[in-house]
Amino acid sequence: MAPKWECIDGNEAAARAAYAVSEVISIFPITPASPMAEHCDDWAAAGKPNIWGKVPDVVEMQSEGGAAGAMHGALQKGALATTFTASQGLLLMIPNMFKIAGELTPAVIHVAARTVATHALSIFGDHSDVMHARSTGWAMMAAGSVQEAHDFAMISHAATLRSRVPFVHFFDGFRTSHEINKISVLDHDDIRALIHEDDVLAFRRRGLTSEAPVVRGTAQNPDVFFQAREACNPYYEALPGIVQQVMDEFAARTGREYQLAQYHGAPDAERVVVVMGSAAGAVEETVDTLVAAGEKVGMLRIRLFQPFPAAAIVAALPRTVTTIAVLDRTKEPGAVGEPLYLEMVAALTEAMDGDQPPFATAPRLVGGRYGLSSKEMNPGMIKPIFDEIASARPKRHFTVGIYDDVTHLSLPIQLDFRHARAKGEVQALFFGLGSDGTVGANKSSVKIIGEGTDLFTQGYFVYDSKKSGSVTESHLRFGPDPIRSTYLVEDADFVACHQFGLMSTLNVLGRAKQGATFLLNSPYGPDQVWDHLSAGVQRQMVDKAIDLWVIDAYAVAEEVGMGNRINTVMQPCFFHLANILPPAEAIKRIKDSIKKTYAKRGDAVVQSNFAAVDLSLQRLVHVPLGAVKSDAAAVVSAATASRPDFFNRVQAEIIAGRGDQLPVSVMPVDGTFPTGTTRYEKRAIAQNIPIWDNSICIDCGKCAIVCPHASIRMKVFPAAAVEGAPAGFQSKEFKSRELVDHRISIQVSPDDCTGCGVCVDVCPAKSKSEARHKAINMEPVEAHRDEELVNWDFFQSIPMLDRNLLPHDTIKGSQVLEPLFEFSGACSGCGETPYLKLASQLFGDRMIVANATGCTSIYGANLPTTPWTVNAEGRGPAWNNSLFEDNAEFGLGMRLGLDAQYDHARNLLTRLAPVVGEDLVSSLLDTKQDTEPEIVAQRERVARLRKILAGVEGEHRADAQSLLAVSGDLVYQGIWIVGGDGWAYDIGFGGLDQALSSGRNINILVLDTEVYSNTGGQASKATPRGAVAKFAAAGKGTGKKDLGAIARSYGNVYVAQISMGANDAQATKALLEADAWPGPSLVIAYATCIAHGIDMETSMAHQKDAVRSGYWSLYRYQPSEVENGHPFKLDSGAPSMPVADFASAETRFASLKRSNPARAAELAELAQADADERYRYYQQLAGIEQTIPHVADEVVETGAEA
Amino acid sequence: MTADLRTTYLGLELRSPLVASASPLTGDPAAAAKLEEAGVGAIVLPSLFEEEILGEEREYNAALDNGADVFAEALDYFPRSMTFVGVGDRYVANLEQIKHRASVPVIASLNATSKGGWVKYARRMQDAGADALELNVYRVAADAGRSAADVEAADVDLVAAVRAAISIPMAVKLSPYYTALAGHARRVVQSGANGLVLFNRFYQPDLDLESAEVVNRIELSVAWELRLPLRWIAILRPQLGTEVSIAATSGISSGADALKALMVGADVAMMTSALLRHGPGHVRAVETEMRDWLDEHEYESVAQLRGSASRAAAPNPSAFERANYMQTLRSWSGTGGH
Repeated sequence: MAPKWECIDGNEAAARAAYAVSEVISIFPITPASPMAEHCDDWAAAGKPNIWGKVPDVVEMQSEGGAAGAMHGALQKGALATTFTASQGLLLMIPNMFKIAGELTPAVIHVAARTVATHALSIFGDHSDVMHARSTGWAMMAAGSVQEAHDFAMISHAATLRSRVPFVHFFDGFRTSHEINKISVLDHDDIRALIHEDDVLAFRRRGLTSEAPVVRGTAQNPDVFFQAREACNPYYEALPGIVQQVMDEFAARTGREYQLAQYHGAPDAERVVVVMGSAAGAVEETVDTLVAAGEKVGMLRIRLFQPFPAAAIVAALPRTVTTIAVLDRTKEPGAVGEPLYLEMVAALTEAMDGDQPPFATAPRLVGGRYGLSSKEMNPGMIKPIFDEIASARPKRHFTVGIYDDVTHLSLPIQLDFRHARAKGEVQALFFGLGSDGTVGANKSSVKIIGEGTDLFTQGYFVYDSKKSGSVTESHLRFGPDPIRSTYLVEDADFVACHQFGLMSTLNVLGRAKQGATFLLNSPYGPDQVWDHLSAGVQRQMVDKAIDLWVIDAYAVAEEVGMGNRINTVMQPCFFHLANILPPAEAIKRIKDSIKKTYAKRGDAVVQSNFAAVDLSLQRLVHVPLGAVKSDAAAVVSAATASRPDFFNRVQAEIIAGRGDQLPVSVMPVDGTFPTGTTRYEKRAIAQNIPIWDNSICIDCGKCAIVCPHASIRMKVFPAAAVEGAPAGFQSKEFKSRELVDHRISIQVSPDDCTGCGVCVDVCPAKSKSEARHKAINMEPVEAHRDEELVNWDFFQSIPMLDRNLLPHDTIKGSQVLEPLFEFSGACSGCGETPYLKLASQLFGDRMIVANATGCTSIYGANLPTTPWTVNAEGRGPAWNNSLFEDNAEFGLGMRLGLDAQYDHARNLLTRLAPVVGEDLVSSLLDTKQDTEPEIVAQRERVARLRKILAGVEGEHRADAQSLLAVSGDLVYQGIWIVGGDGWAYDIGFGGLDQALSSGRNINILVLDTEVYSNTGGQASKATPRGAVAKFAAAGKGTGKKDLGAIARSYGNVYVAQISMGANDAQATKALLEADAWPGPSLVIAYATCIAHGIDMETSMAHQKDAVRSGYWSLYRYQPSEVENGHPFKLDSGAPSMPVADFASAETRFASLKRSNPARAAELAELAQADADERYRYYQQLAGIEQTIPHVADEVVETGAEA
Repeated sequence: MTADLRTTYLGLELRSPLVASASPLTGDPAAAAKLEEAGVGAIVLPSLFEEEILGEEREYNAALDNGADVFAEALDYFPRSMTFVGVGDRYVANLEQIKHRASVPVIASLNATSKGGWVKYARRMQDAGADALELNVYRVAADAGRSAADVEAADVDLVAAVRAAISIPMAVKLSPYYTALAGHARRVVQSGANGLVLFNRFYQPDLDLESAEVVNRIELSVAWELRLPLRWIAILRPQLGTEVSIAATSGISSGADALKALMVGADVAMMTSALLRHGPGHVRAVETEMRDWLDEHEYESVAQLRGSASRAAAPNPSAFERANYMQTLRSWSGTGGH
């Protein structure tokens, strides 16, 4: 039967096989494995059956540990079960993996292998996760391509049923999981042929049933445990043979032959590289090129890693081999070598020590590390490995792909080495913005070509570390032979730049080959475009003899009503210029693809896209290259000019796209970086920026408090400060009883603004003569940028107002405080960041943040820069992220550590009283630090103390030095435990509950977007009834967990629910009260998110409606010892609009109405009842009298005192 | 004796001239069933709006595209399987459901201002079983560059385009704001309308004084609003002939109102506001009142009454024209007691 070809990515390839042979699929989101779970959830929601005609039960759990536990239970009942994970997720499954393997239970976990967090988190691919699961007793299959991910997923499922040994099937995160490749897909008949029904029945018969009860999971004692543990040995001994047998059956059915360890290269090779995973593709290309040049080299691809098929490996190696380099995609610090290397050493040593040594002379083995966190592994990095092992004394342990100038382990990279490109292969490279649809168009092009022609295709996409203004790179290959190149495009035949602005920030043509075709989306016509290119780019074009084509894609998109989506404008131009298909056929196929993609979103969208296709080729123009002009200097801001040295050496290089070239020596050894670096990264991504009209402004400060990026600010200063201001700088009289002769200014930082428009949306001040003109208005950046840049620099040079001059619990008062969280890379209009910024204004100078993994940790500290920053005194939030699941415990630990040091400092202080002076010591020990002025006073005392301590000599010197080290902790510091709802409601809930029960002085801020935002909007237990989310595709049927109620049940926890858009003053008060509360506090902040399916410009209006409708209530619960106290203050009034009116404006709710009106109506009715009941309940709570139980006349310990 | 209430509208035989016109009630299958139970002659579904079809598609698409392919960890934010059942699809499904249950004619309603791809919905409504289509030509001619002739020509084209797409009877709902309404009405009929619905009520936007924002407010009609359709039906009935159906709408809430509409020449009297105010059961009260009056005045049938006071048949036809205004003013000052 002819193979069925499809273009899909590795995740889908694996998930299709897994879904077809599973009955229970327990899932939890984690990058880069989430799409496997999402596909399964989608297919189940659509009623797609497995090979037995049953729709698998796809169930989201609270963590990977939960997913593994649920899988274990399903397996024990005799149901076929699977799950998907990566990185930390796999680590959380390990305890259950031991159990499942110990019980010889067939199961498969599909892993998109990802780096385990160490000095830093990384979402990218290497084998550090799977390597840490290798002692669990699970077999391990390594797929190296999308085709293999599909095939090995299936082989794993078949082999586990036959062998009883559970399988980890893994493939490289992103490189394979997210690469789209043309593969031959298995149908249900292929799968049925491979899965032996006898094996399935045997498995089912072992399932627990009360009809034939057995007991498993006993406790065993020293007498028998050991023997029992050895009893499984025959199953592991048989396993390699079984896997090869399944592979052979697979080959007979599909023609695709696989071996446990597959040799490729010269039959008489002397030098061999051993590799596992996607890098094998690049190694194979290199070997072919070297063999063609007459070199005696080869490679051994490991397919089955555990149990290590030693005999098969030794047998596969040519007898001529003298040196073997074993490549590991992981690092085990302190080990003699990495796992694959050690297995190889042991396998060869044992073979040579056996009865029939396979080699006349034992080959020398060396080990190398490569590709950590998806670091590129291309032929230019592989060739030097073969060179190295040709030397007499090759490095025993090396690294490749980096420049190690510290321990000198790295091999040089041969930048100019290329493998022989397959005849007819075309490489294309596209630069775009995440928001413009470039990636989507390229995914579609890969499918059009791959599924519509005989050509093979590959698509790989690179995203940057920001969520707003994110740059994307699309690397596409097309050719008559299967594409093995598992690395980025290096010599593009075709380059497209979908954003003119990127021409000045990126080296767009750096990877264009000589004579390449270049397609540029340009707002400038053919006559002007050349003059708008920099001299450097012009020179590059002339040197490379670039064939330049331009189109004004935004004009076309605007004309056909597609806004900023230029995907279907640029796509036909690519097809036209790349000439892969006949023109008419290309257009037809593009339109077919548009229809397929958009038909379910409505005909109007299809028609707009068709119109874009038709118009695009008419507007495509060829432009001859002109003369190269002379270089010109660019306008730079003061911040750019004042970058610190470290920033210039490290972060600036990363920003410029040269991070790969940074040597080991410049990197911090322990992952420690300075804060306050986003201010130097002027991204200039806004099309429109807010411009202040001081004649209308009412000084309310709302624009500043809601700004998600701290890029519009309010400053109040003495009138004299405007002397010498630039001509365009605006200010106005500050109307205040407290402050006379002061002026106020509202100023945007044009290069830091993302143009989200939230500030303008909330601005309440309107012109009396033109209602739509407000006190701030979005205006085109090009008309204002240069002037506002100068104004911003001046604005920044004005000193901050004394923090004591205005009360902090008002909007105005909080907004004159300096934000110590600025210019984050969060999504434009993010609903979370304003809360963090506000907290940083209120108490950022005395704040330590424990941050759960998620959006907050990504926009908070994804290199190159961090938005957490410092004030003029150098104080600011200190920040760390431990894990997703342990953040509350992590933060509690910080408090324990802080308290321990505080106690230590007090003891030392008491001991040193004679030296330091009794007065200072007693004031340091006994003075309250409940208010900011009191804290400032303590800081001054500590400064005096330090001066004294520095001069102490003699017998007290040791104590003085000890005290000096911890003296800072005599000043109050707040611990802020920050994270999203996925952490707080689900995976971290156990720890959160523990931390709340501790009575310690911690502050927990939950930024509740009601979904797992960072991984793409999967449902959490904070997801409300009736919302559609991933893993709740049919609309969540159950209600949201009342986290606040659980916290309130302790009786001594401060709890608040806030919503900045609804009541900014209440939000400010709640944060201040939480900070001041001496015990645990929990603030749950409603945060709008693009996963809600709303226009983020109106983010705050949605927050307001959430509260007006009673969907989200505002309250503060502050227990006290006062008799007859009313601790619960309901801060939101009776609902004044139906929940349905709020919900209908958000896609997450409205979409259910579109897809399943009956269910939507039912859930909407329940949602209204939820809101009504909630308000009734909270009203009653507000009337309740409550007192913290306490011993009369004594201070109750509600937490550690600062 | 009980008068025969049967009437013919758009070629459809109705048991009563009382028709429930487009409102939330007629879009809800359960409420529609109650209307039928209360005795309506036909049901007109709420309008499917051209802007709504396009707007919803674009908005939905923008929400799905927002944030897609931006960040490596979240390449989209909604389930891929999410099916989009657009407002048009939902309309058709609802129409099918109502039609399935109803024993009275069900008239679908389509609101449009321009020719376009959405015209296909007219065909889909027909396929879903609509007994007739009401084409609601609703526009605010706000473009100072367009003449009355341009606007009218576009309307006529639109009517012809929809006519070409369907074979079921079609009524066109007009607004009263045409310079030469009678002539335009005739051209609309000539372009393929089987009847006219007089009139469309524009919902006038209001202003929120505090926020200076334009707000939409829907006001139910009141009794005096019937006078405008009464005049024009009286004028048009003799000019259009008996072949063309005419529906009166706006301000009909009692049996007396319905009788007046029939008397000036309407084939049916449509009610929306009264039903929203008093509920579907109000139809029965109106019918009873109408029946009592007919009996009291010894009318045998509605047919006998219909058009008996049109401009052609009324004892004082000029009262329907401009002079009537003058007299009214005088009569007001006369009785005003100045």
